[in-house]
This record gives sequence, C-alpha cells and structure tokens, in this order.
Amino acid sequence: MAVELTGITKRFPGVVANHDIHLTVRKGTVHALVGENGAGKSTLMKILYGMQKPDEGSIAVDGEQVSFSSPADAIARGIGMVHQHFMLADNLTVLENVVLGSEKLHGIGGGARRTIQEISDRYGLGVRPDALVEDLGVADRQRVEILKVLYRGARTLILDEPTAVLVPQEVDALFANLRGLKSEGLSVIFISHKLGEVLSVADEITVIRRGTTVGTAAPAQTTPRQLAEMMVGSELPTPETGESTVTDRAVLEVRNLTVHARGAVSLGTEAEPAAGGLTEFAPAGEVKKVLDDVTFTIHAGEVMGIAGVEGNGQTELIDALIGTKAADSGQIVFLGEDITPWATRKRRESGIGYIPEDRHRQGLLLEAPLWENRILGHVTEAPNAKGFWLNPKGAQADTRRIVEEYDVRTPGIDVTAASLSGGNQQKLIVGREMSHDPKFLIAAHPTRGVDVGAQAQIWDRIREARREGLAVLLISADLDELIGLSDTLRVIFDGRLVADADPATITPEELGSAMTGAATGHLHHSEDSAADTAPEDEAR
Amino acid sequence: MKKFDKERVLVAVAGPVIALVAAVLLTSVVLIASGKNPFEPYRLMLEQAGYSDVQVLIVNQASLYYIAAIAVALGFRMNLFNIGVDGQYRLGAMMTAVVGAHVALPSFLQVPMLLLVGALTGAMWAGIAGVLKVTRGVSEVVATIMLNSIATSVIGYLTLTDNLGVLVGDNVTTGIMKDSGWVPGIDLGQDVGEIYGLVFLAVALGIAYWLVLNRTRFGFDLRATGESETAAAASGVNAKRMVLTAMLISGAVAGISGLPLLLGDVHTYSLSFPAGLGFTAIGIALLGRNNPGGIALAALLWAFLDKASPALDYAVPVAYEKEIATIMQGLIVFAVVISYEAVRQWGLRRQQKQVGAQLAAEAANPNAHKEVAA
Repeated sequence: MAVELTGITKRFPGVVANHDIHLTVRKGTVHALVGENGAGKSTLMKILYGMQKPDEGSIAVDGEQVSFSSPADAIARGIGMVHQHFMLADNLTVLENVVLGSEKLHGIGGGARRTIQEISDRYGLGVRPDALVEDLGVADRQRVEILKVLYRGARTLILDEPTAVLVPQEVDALFANLRGLKSEGLSVIFISHKLGEVLSVADEITVIRRGTTVGTAAPAQTTPRQLAEMMVGSELPTPETGESTVTDRAVLEVRNLTVHARGAVSLGTEAEPAAGGLTEFAPAGEVKKVLDDVTFTIHAGEVMGIAGVEGNGQTELIDALIGTKAADSGQIVFLGEDITPWATRKRRESGIGYIPEDRHRQGLLLEAPLWENRILGHVTEAPNAKGFWLNPKGAQADTRRIVEEYDVRTPGIDVTAASLSGGNQQKLIVGREMSHDPKFLIAAHPTRGVDVGAQAQIWDRIREARREGLAVLLISADLDELIGLSDTLRVIFDGRLVADADPATITPEELGSAMTGAATGHLHHSEDSAADTAPEDEAR
Repeated sequence: MKKFDKERVLVAVAGPVIALVAAVLLTSVVLIASGKNPFEPYRLMLEQAGYSDVQVLIVNQASLYYIAAIAVALGFRMNLFNIGVDGQYRLGAMMTAVVGAHVALPSFLQVPMLLLVGALTGAMWAGIAGVLKVTRGVSEVVATIMLNSIATSVIGYLTLTDNLGVLVGDNVTTGIMKDSGWVPGIDLGQDVGEIYGLVFLAVALGIAYWLVLNRTRFGFDLRATGESETAAAASGVNAKRMVLTAMLISGAVAGISGLPLLLGDVHTYSLSFPAGLGFTAIGIALLGRNNPGGIALAALLWAFLDKASPALDYAVPVAYEKEIATIMQGLIVFAVVISYEAVRQWGLRRQQKQVGAQLAAEAANPNAHKEVAA
C-alpha cells in the first residue's frame, strides 16, 4: 500500500467537510478520486498533503502511521502535490523554478541540471531545464510542476484536476506521462470529475459524495453512468415533468456577441500586466475570440442552461452580460432596451440579478458583516439606501428577513461573511439577489460547493422565481443540475454555442460528448444511444 | 448579537494596545542597553504633558497630523497607498500662501477661498498619480513618491526671489499673507499660547470622513473596493473612477493639512515650514486603524512625543536624548503593523470558531429559539 487513509473526518465551522473517509492507494497504480464540486475532494487532499489536520482518522504511508503538520512533512514522506493553479515564477527558468526551495538536494548548478534531465528522460517529460517558464505553454508548465514534485523525491503524486486546463491532445500526453510514472512504481492520485478521463487512465476509482466515500470501482467493470450515479446518489434532481412556464415574452436577447481575449483592444476592462496570464497560443496579430458570435434569447419564465467544459467562454459570457467586460461587437438587449453600453451598476439596478461563479471573490466582502454584504451590489436601491445616504437600519432589518426566509444558519447578522459555511454564504447571496425582484438572473454554478440541503433550497428558489416570470441563465458544471433545472439547453465550446438540446430527453452522456465539441447542431436523443444505454439499465 | 459587537471592539482595541505596550518595552530595552534609566524619560515626558503651554503645542501639532492622516486613511480604505501626502501638503501650503499674499478679499470670502486653493492644489498633485494609475497602470506608490520629489523642486523654483519668493532676513518666504486670510485662534493667555482656529477644521474633517465612509453610498463603494476589488467590480463599482476620485479627495485633504499652521500662526510659506508631515501621517493613520477616533488619539500621541521630548535634553539631574521619542515612534509603527495583522487573523479565526460552536449548539437543541428571529 502506498497510502492508506482510514476513517478521516474533518469538520469546519457549521459543516462537516469530510466524514469517515476510507481510501487505499496501491503502489504503482493511478487511483482516481472522483466526486462533484464541493464533495470534499480538495479537503481530503489537503489533509493528505499536510495542509490541514484531520479531526479523526489516521493516515498510513507505506504501511506506517504518520501525522503531517505541514506539506514539508508530507514531502519528506514522499507525497507531492501538483496544484490546479500552477505555482511557478514566470521570470525564472525551469531549472530555477525546480530548485527553488530545495537548493540543498542537488545544489543549484550542474548537479541539479543533471538530475532534472535524468528525471525528465526517465519519465519522458521532455523538459528543458534552461527554458524560461514564461515562454512555456500550459501543458509544459504542468510538466514542470510534476518534475518539481519528483525532484523532491515524491513517490506518490496528487494531481488536482490536472486536465481542467488542457486541450484533448495535451490530456493524452499527460496520461502517457502518468503511465510512465506508474511503470516506474510510483503512485498517482488523480482528482477529477470528468468520468471519461477517469475511466481511461485510472486503475482504481474511489467515489466521494457529500464528504464521504461511497464506494470504489474498477474501470473495466464500470460505465460512466454507473459512476455518475455513485457520484450524485439518489439526489438526482427529477427533470421537470411538463408544466412549462416558458412564455413568448423575450427578456434577454443576445445578438452576435463577440469578446476578444485580454490583451486585445477592449474598452472598460482593467489593463492588467500580461505576465499574469497564461501563455497565449494565438500568434501575434491574430486576436483570439473568447466569445465568438454568440446569439440567444431567454424568455420570461425560462431557464436556459449552458453546458460546457470550464474555460470555454462561460466566464466571459457572464462578464459581458453583467458588464464587467465590454463586448467587442454584438448587442445585448434587455426588455427591449439595448444595454450593451450600460455600466454594471445600471444593469443591476434595472433588474439583472447575479449569482457569481466565485462567491468569495465576486459575491461577498468576506471580512464585512452579513448586513453589509446584503448591501453589496444593491447599494443604490431600497432598503439599503435613501437617496445619497446609506440606510443601515433598513439593510439590517432586511438581512434578518433574508436570514429567516432563506434559512441562512448564522447566530446573527453582525458576524463576518467569512465565518459562515459555503452553503450559508450562497443562500445569503441568493436571498440578496432575489430580494430585488430581478427580471433576469445570471446563476453561475449556483450550488457549487454547497451541501445537499442548501442545494435543494436554492433550486426551489430558482424554480419558484421562474414560475413568476423570471428569466434565468444557468451556467453549471453539474450536468444533472443543468438538465434538471433548464427549459432549454445550449452547449458552449471554444467561445461558440455549438449545440442545443431538449433537457427532457437528453442524457448527461450525450451532453458530455457535445461539450467536447464532438457533436453540434440540435442534439437528438437518438435511438443508437438509447440502445447503448439499455443494457446498462438492465445491469442496474 | 451584542456579543459580536463586543468582539469587534476587543479586536479593534487589542491591536493598538499590544503595539504600544510592545513599543514602550522595546524602548526601555534600548534605554537599558545604553545604560540609562529605563523608566525616568517616560515620567519626565508625562510631566511635560501636564503644562498647559505644552498642551497647546500638542493640540496644534496634532491638528496638522490629524488632517494629513485622514488624507492617508482615505487612500488606505480602498487599498491606495498615497505616499505623496507630503508633497501635496507642501505644495498646497505654498500655493495657499502665495495666493494669500496677493489676493485680499473680505475675511469671510478670503478664508474659504484659501482653503479651496489648498485643496485644489493637493487634489491636482495627487490627481496626476491617479490619472497615471487608471490610464497607464502606474503604481500610485511609485508615482506619488516621485511627485514628492518633484514638488520639492517645483517649490524651490517658485520660491526663487526671481519668481514668487520674498526675502525676509535670510529666509526665503512667499511674502506675508494679507491679514483677512488670518484665522484667529483661541487665546489662552500670554504664557499659555493660542490654539489654532483651524483645529476645528480638523474635527469637522474627522466627522465628515466618518459620515462619508459609513453612511453614504459612495463611502460603501469605496470601502467595498478596498476590501475586495473583484467583488466591488461585480457589484457595479467603476474601479477606475473610484481610484481617481479617491486619489483626488485624498490629495485635497492633504492639500489643506498645513493650513492650521499657515493661516493660524506663520502666515507665510518659508524654508522653515515643517517638512515630512505626510510621512508621519502614514504612521498615524496606521496606528489609528483608519478610524477617525483612533487617528485622533494617534495624532495626539505623536504630537505629545514630539512636543514633550525636547525637555529631556534639559532634564536635571540627568539629561536624556530627546531622540528617545523618535525611536519610540519608529518602534510603534513596526509594532502596529505586526500586531494588527496578528490580531486581525486571530479575530477572524475566533469568530469562525464561535459561529461554528453556536450553530452546533443550536443544532443539538432544535427547540431553542433562533436568535435572529428575536
């Protein structure tokens, strides 16, 4: 056994992140850890990597009980982690990045270079020690990260969502690297929620749901559907049967919306230094379109879901609709008015509600009390303001109402937003946005990282508002949420809306294949795929 | 709910208290290391604070510190580091002195006009840094530091006797201001001295600062931008406009921070006009936690250290170096930065734990009445 976790439990204020988790990783295997966003995968890996201490349970490495109090302890035991967000210094070379912090291992000169070259050759990583990191693409950077971990003597590698930033060919190359590591006797823990990838690369799969392990599976004997069911359990939202509330009154019309990648000429956006971004693949002079000619209409009472692999233009679409990024061409029409040139505040005042995708960065002031967070985004509107002046009394009273109505679990409205659990923070945001009678709601990952109870409540709120004529743009990585809530479905791929589907008949698998760009146009629930899935149904 | 209010007060007060205690202890260590009595200087300085003429000096000095620190704090509240307060203050004072020496309106117009001149000059100078930041992405720290240096040269050039300078004795001044622009003070007697009239301006600015930040929409946007730029942008704040506005206001306040002295006492800008006020103000704003009341206490403390320390040189039987006060001021700034961050994190963690515990208790006892409903 390379790593064995037994009975791991970790509690955070107001929420249990991990509960009685069991995970066994054998030597020389790729072990996948799958689960929805917020299921507790990251917490578990932070525990294994020594970033957090478990409240209960034990960790064994190579059969020996260990207790980590920092990542340094974990590294000393041969456990290394490749984070989803790379931690490299752009202005240094690969060699410098690798030795940084581990100068004692092989020095910083020839010895280090030889070792790097040797590791690179042994595992086929193809890393050049003297290349500048800023000149490298995403996939190369990831290999540098892997090399960094190997250089420090890791025998077990944790890869956190490594494919999220890669294109399909790069994913294949990564998987080839992983097989190389495996054949040398190393173990890999591969965190993902992409079932197809998991099935193709893993030797064993552990499924985690709502903070606890619900079972293990061998890829050879498992279908994506079975895995998906293990992942979401019986909480699969029942797709809406009949009772459509869609009207023919258009609330939001988006016409030929195009947004260029940052760095290109675009008004209204923060001019950030280019060093912060990842390498652009587009050759100089050619502007990459992150949103390309997007056109759609959402009617009153309609929930339009957008499916897509993260990073295919969803963020840019949200930004363009709420006005934090200006459209380069095209038009956004809201209730018959062209709002393309409007500033964010005017859009929000006129009835666009916004549940942002990253609530900590965009939805909350973490160190401010709840009632100030209730004001955020609606500072010009009643009950938060009277003309030029703020109305703290009004905001406080209304915060108490939201806390009550939306079941936000908090001891009071003067605590900081940071002290609430993710689900309760999200309920506060949903409550805040719904309190201003939006005509159109942008709901980006509305239940990400939210416990199941809060999830159901948030869904109910959205359904309720939809009955009363709210138009909703739903963006989610959770296909079941998309299918369960949406009246119409679109698939976004590489900045374009490439396909549409009827949520009443489409399956997550069919949607998933369209998300990779494999299918376009109107997706029919074809007889072929029905035949494909039939035996699985029987097997179940 | 009151419990969390108390918590906040505790967290707010713990930082400065820890910092001051640490600074005093460290200063004592310095005194011991140099073979001096580690407590006597404090006694001597506190004794000074008992004399009413020193008190007047302290209040007058504190009013300048206070206005300048408010200017710094305005920037701090939205994560803008206006290091240029010093340049804005000197340039504002000089321009006011020049205008005051050449224009003579009736007093009720002259004084507001002079305040406006100081404010506009400061705002213009800070505005350069603001414009550079929003259009070219130049860090306001770098821009304002350079503008300080440029301000020195501009003042040096303008006060040449060929230009606006007037030689009084061997001191280069801008000429004596017309007396309609003199602001009368509160005369406390021949031996005691006079409290500047514009001390009340400092108080008014403190109140306005609190009102604008805590009770207006604009203030909320400004604070939101300081706490989370991304959240503020999503909430509809125009980040660029906010940066520029905050810079202009901060500069305007900085531009009038020398006026209590200028209009209340010296009536001319000269080589001996105090420099470095803007840098001191950074420390004061830090110590005061950007809170108007806290800044007032910090400004008074700083002024006390300034004005009570010269007596150390003449103490009998043993004289002490008055630089002890300078050492102490430096140590306070150090201690403040460290203790605030530590206390902030401690407070945040503590509250998270408490909220967790309280909710767990609530969950264990479902019949308990929910507090929010009360």
